Amino acid sequence: MIKNISNLGDAALYCDFGNEVNKSINSQVIKYFKTIKEKKFEGINNLTPSYNKLIISYDLKKTNFKEVKNYVENINAGDSKDINSKKLEIPVCCHENFSMDIKRLEEILKLSREKILENFLNKEYFCYMTGFIAGMPFLGDLDENMRAQRLETPRVKVPKGSVAVTEQFANIYTFESPGGWNILGNTPLDIFDSSKENKPNLINPGDTVIFKEINLDQYKNYNE
Amino acid sequence: MSSNYLDIIRPGINSTFQDKGRDHLYHIGIPFSGAMDNRNYLIANKLVNNNLDSAVIEFAYQGPHIKYSGENINFAVTGDVIFSIKKKDTEIEGKCYESYQIENGDEINIISTNKSVYGYLALGGELDLKFQWNSCSINTKANIGSNDGKKLDVGQRINLKKINSNKNIKKTNYINTKIESIRVIKGTNFDYFSEEGKKIFYEKEFTVSKLSDRMGMRLGGPKIDNIVNTNIKSEGLIKGVIQVPADGNPIIMLSDHGTIGGYPKIGVVASVDYDRLVQMSPGSKIKFKEINLSDAETLFKLYEMETQNLLSQI
Repeated sequence: MIKNISNLGDAALYCDFGNEVNKSINSQVIKYFKTIKEKKFEGINNLTPSYNKLIISYDLKKTNFKEVKNYVENINAGDSKDINSKKLEIPVCCHENFSMDIKRLEEILKLSREKILENFLNKEYFCYMTGFIAGMPFLGDLDENMRAQRLETPRVKVPKGSVAVTEQFANIYTFESPGGWNILGNTPLDIFDSSKENKPNLINPGDTVIFKEINLDQYKNYNE
Repeated sequence: MSSNYLDIIRPGINSTFQDKGRDHLYHIGIPFSGAMDNRNYLIANKLVNNNLDSAVIEFAYQGPHIKYSGENINFAVTGDVIFSIKKKDTEIEGKCYESYQIENGDEINIISTNKSVYGYLALGGELDLKFQWNSCSINTKANIGSNDGKKLDVGQRINLKKINSNKNIKKTNYINTKIESIRVIKGTNFDYFSEEGKKIFYEKEFTVSKLSDRMGMRLGGPKIDNIVNTNIKSEGLIKGVIQVPADGNPIIMLSDHGTIGGYPKIGVVASVDYDRLVQMSPGSKIKFKEINLSDAETLFKLYEMETQNLLSQI
């Protein structure tokens, strides 16, 4: 449940669900997000769910903090149906052409390349949120022995499709962008497709993702 | 083929098509975008008898040089902008906040903005642009919007789908005011900063850095010391949020901002000051002033009334 509602500036509500990062808190956030999204309250522009917060921004010309807060406090999201999630398999190629940070991870984690991939692949990860850049999924949780910090100096350009890890999370760079996560491989799948206006994201909050390894030939032929 | 079009002789530094922006997409990572200085965007459209949510060309610092072909059409430039209109035998200096009629072969040369960042060029008609999620606004980082999500380029041709039949010339006496300080509401991580850091935030001057664009404005100057944690668990952002990363230099989120961020939020710029904030060019000095929520709401209402008033007089 929402522990506290405050204002983020004069045009957004900051709904705090707690400080821990876990599926149970995040599922609450997603339930609120889906319930409010469906109800289409006049004046609400945007909803941004994250691990344990939900930010609701509104058009100050149409409504205000008091009105939106009152509305959110009287919503019964706890009763809403399950979060309607899907299970997805994401092919990933971990050939040395792509796994730019595997050596760094071997050193930090004190694990061999094989062990790192064994720990990472064929496991279920939960999508906590999408964003930062369009469609980027934040997936968790990685095994305890797989948790590494971000690069000290982020790369200026991370290739599109890069599958990367930091701390307890994995993500996928949906297009070329700057970034500091440790890159393990690359997926040939389009995770974000802006030409599909109704469903641009392949992975949505609440979904479950499993990474399956493919080899370089399979990667090259994937979209043919 | 359209018989009314613009050819881009010189695109300018950061010229894009913008409109009122796009809603309901933060949760998948797509920001609001839209015209940075909303008031100047609206006035530009009104001056050429367009719908207020029509697409315009937004430019930063140096604007485009354009050649027009087709039937007579009106255009207007808003902001604090130096530009000229080149006709067959003459070249005249243009004035902002006035509409002009141009004819086949005329050129508009937007030389630069004056001690400000953004200016707007509206054409009396409808540009032939692709819409994505109900907006043509270009987000060059995610390549979303019209023009394949890219800035205007040299040699490019832009068609007009239709031109306005109302060609009345209009003008207004609007003057862009500068403000002494940017009003901010306390952020959700205000208590992450040392007493000294909080004092610096409200009392010292910051300088707008060159590393500022439609995504964000980076500030230099005194450092703001964090005493709790220089990272938070990533969470949503909105435009106007002031984040302070580990280096102590504030970054203000602007219209194309990343939708999620992990740096503590010291404050949020009041909506009333957003249009004027984005116009502060690199090297400008910024001072922040604390304001409470209810005053921010009242001031925005007044600002909005003033905008509506300005528009109704055009």
